[in-house]
Amino acid sequence: MSYPPELQELITLVEKTRPARLDRARSGESFPALTLKERQERLNEFHPDYRAEAKRALAVGPNKGDFVPVELADLLESRSRLDPDRVRLDRIDVETDILIIGAGGAGTAAALEAMQAGVRVTMATKLRHGDANTVMAEGGIQAATAEADSPCYHYLDVLGGGHFSNVPELASTLVRDAPEAVEWLERLGVLFDKYPDGHMKVGHGGGTSRKRLHSAGDMTGAEIMRVLRDEARNRRAITVLEFTPAIELLLDQEGRCAGAVLLNLETKEQYIARAKAVILATGGLGRLHIQGFPCTNHYGATADGLVMAYRAGVKTCFLEATQFHPTGAIFPEQNAGLLITEKVRGLGAHLLNRDGQEFLFALEPRDVASACIIRECSQMGRGATTPAGRSGVWLDSPMIDLLHGEGTVKRELGAKYLQFKRFGIDISQEPMLVYPTLHYQNGRLVIAQNGETSIPGLYAAGEVSGGVHGKNRLMGNSLLDIIVFGRRAGRAVATAAREAGTPKKLSLDHVRSFERELAEAGISDGKVGPMLLPNYAPEHIRVSMCHRL
Amino acid sequence: MDDGNAVNQKNDEKLVPIHIMGRTYEVPDSLTIMKAVEYAGHQYIRGCGCRGGICGACGTFYRLPGDYQLQTALACQTVVQPGMMIMQLPYFPANRPDYDLETLNGKRDGNGVPPPSRDVLHESVRQMYPEVYRCVGCATCSRTCPMDIDVMDYVALIGRGDLEKATEVSFSCIMCGLCAIRCPAQISQYTAAMYVRRLTGRYLTPKAEHLRTRVTQVQAGQYDAKLARLRSMRKEELVALYAAREREPDLSKPGEWKPKETAWL
Ligand SMILES: Cc1cc2nc3c(=O)[nH]c(=O)nc-3n(C[C@H](O)[C@H](O)[C@H](O)COP(=O)(O)OP(=O)(O)OC[C@H]3O[C@@H](n4cnc5c(N)ncnc54)[C@H](O)[C@@H]3O)c2cc1C
Ligand code: SF4
Ligand code: SF4
Ligand code: FES
Repeated sequence: MSYPPELQELITLVEKTRPARLDRARSGESFPALTLKERQERLNEFHPDYRAEAKRALAVGPNKGDFVPVELADLLESRSRLDPDRVRLDRIDVETDILIIGAGGAGTAAALEAMQAGVRVTMATKLRHGDANTVMAEGGIQAATAEADSPCYHYLDVLGGGHFSNVPELASTLVRDAPEAVEWLERLGVLFDKYPDGHMKVGHGGGTSRKRLHSAGDMTGAEIMRVLRDEARNRRAITVLEFTPAIELLLDQEGRCAGAVLLNLETKEQYIARAKAVILATGGLGRLHIQGFPCTNHYGATADGLVMAYRAGVKTCFLEATQFHPTGAIFPEQNAGLLITEKVRGLGAHLLNRDGQEFLFALEPRDVASACIIRECSQMGRGATTPAGRSGVWLDSPMIDLLHGEGTVKRELGAKYLQFKRFGIDISQEPMLVYPTLHYQNGRLVIAQNGETSIPGLYAAGEVSGGVHGKNRLMGNSLLDIIVFGRRAGRAVATAAREAGTPKKLSLDHVRSFERELAEAGISDGKVGPMLLPNYAPEHIRVSMCHRL
Repeated sequence: MDDGNAVNQKNDEKLVPIHIMGRTYEVPDSLTIMKAVEYAGHQYIRGCGCRGGICGACGTFYRLPGDYQLQTALACQTVVQPGMMIMQLPYFPANRPDYDLETLNGKRDGNGVPPPSRDVLHESVRQMYPEVYRCVGCATCSRTCPMDIDVMDYVALIGRGDLEKATEVSFSCIMCGLCAIRCPAQISQYTAAMYVRRLTGRYLTPKAEHLRTRVTQVQAGQYDAKLARLRSMRKEELVALYAAREREPDLSKPGEWKPKETAWL
């Protein structure tokens, strides 16, 4: 199923402009970047986040009055899956020092550090250990390790990317701890791309001033995740409960977080897990399909951590900002929504409209690039259309081998190469068609330096926790975020657990009072949450499903 | 739009029959196996992870009518074919001995204790996975692998002690387990390869010296004052600094490019 004739026709236009574009790229010339003012104009006019009608004000909870995407608002105002009066909190099924909810990159990094500090860790996770957004990260992890770089330039890039809305303390911790994070991973055996002398191969990402992206082929996240998971499996002090998501946090009578109610997804039995401290590391929300966008996220990215913590009273920030990745595949139809890593542009591939013309500097920050692509396909009417009716722009991947030598695509983008080859497209010879796709949650739980939330004993790390990136994250800073703040939270919770001692009597009073608040706000028809799993059964099946067996 | 958003019935769609664990359903012919299973009304608990071909949760066996051969696929990456008989195998109890990467020499690595030699590393693989020597060379694993990895080759390379080459060949393994399910010698190829890759990453690849230097600088507090200054800057000042950043050229060689402005290095 290679490109149909009408698209092949358009590809010839791309090929026509290619030699001149290559010449310019070789001489270090690039399409002029937008000024900060122009960026803002593009965003206001074309970025999905800036559309007022897609949001509504929250009626309850710590962020009452804030405008957030309606899909998320529905869940934050959802009712509990539990009837607090029918849960037996005196029967403890899982007793542990530390409970980590979510076994992706952040959770596993935290577990390894906590274990190192001498405490027992239980990780409860929704799918398998490592079925997470972390495995999906392709491009790489940022850290200022190269000679011409420093944490200060990294800091500037992080803040500029986030439109200067980041929490300065968190951003500076991120960049300061970055080299140590990469060293930790190297020591665990992560196979970073290196030159024969051991020097890291670093590259640019969108919005970077220095080449700072460390990668492991185009499976950086998968490599990091499988190494962390492998290490956790070696450790007896870490127990992993798979297919056992948390559905509610437990506090003790003094308001400290002291565990969670877990659910065995297969038998539907509930377990009461009691812990001296808890880390939430449940990741993102792509599967809410904000504004109907396809998404790049894994199956379990349903904002559960936000929902549970919000109910318990933890404040959130930047919930209005979801991140759209500028380059999601739109052809073939089976790959729609699939992420095309920014590394493709980092290696020099241009973005082109249907006439084969450049219309933006390919490495603008993500939100700006997304806005520009949407503008090109809507207002400017210069998108290329697929047989399924999707409109998008070309990502000129064949430039990569021409710039860096034959075989670069296969070597550096092996996984992507295979994903397209399965459908008869050779991305080292033919460009890809792309359009923005829902990618990342910028809106998260407010944390301090070590992942502390406003509830004693409750920590958060990774994509569920926030402020580091502000309104917009740059590529490669999220893998960094989960390692840096995962490790910090892991160390902090070990200390906290020792100081806290055995939890007092467990309680679900926070759920009762949240439901009272819902009732007072007149919300009674609400959904139940957390969502746990998306339901993709088609309409004609849903209407005839029998819900009781 | 739908990666993911439910695929609803349309009028102009071509439906084909598929058999999910023996039960027949009619599904649109453009769907992947994963979306077809959902179209049929299932909600996945096991057998679905990334939905993008990288997590290995959705390993699938199938057979086509009139063909004796058992085929393998990733459910999220493979389009249905008429008459496909599908069985997903979301779990496999692979053999995986525990180990401690830090103490392969009998003592904790570092602080004067030399790193384990190549022989020690190879010997540790032999001890943990002696079954790799029972490979009968049937190549079933290589034919099975949905990532087109020459599994038999990396098994042989592990046996021979060429750990770096085995690392390279097995690098894109997503640990779906399909190779091990089919192996007549009952080798858990992919867990052995995982171990070997970690040995390579930790002990057989030169360390990044610039990384070590930078970590030392950070730990010595070299950037603390500068970062503190940046943290306390007003937005206008930061914006000006941001706008004035030099951009390292795309094609610069490692360590070669020298920025003009060095105030924040
Ligand atoms: C396609 C893609 C490409 C990316 N590329 C890059 C990149 O190149 N560089 C970069 O820096 N970042 C990248 N990112 C972002 C980055 O991968 C993620 O933000 C990061 O890995 C999130 O890690 P995490 O540990 O916070 O969450 P995850 O890795 O998603 O882990 C969360 C875990 O929690 C589990 N969970 C969810 N709900 C519950 C519950 N109720 N109970 C128990 N467990 C639960 C989930 O199943 C999952 O295992 C990419 C993301 C995607 C999707
Ligand atoms: S080597 Fe084995 S486990 Fe790895 S991807 Fe191939 S079949 Fe799956
Ligand atoms: S399936 Fe087993 S026995 Fe056959 S080649 Fe592969 S590893 Fe060897
Ligand atoms: S669901 Fe992850 S590989 Fe198919």
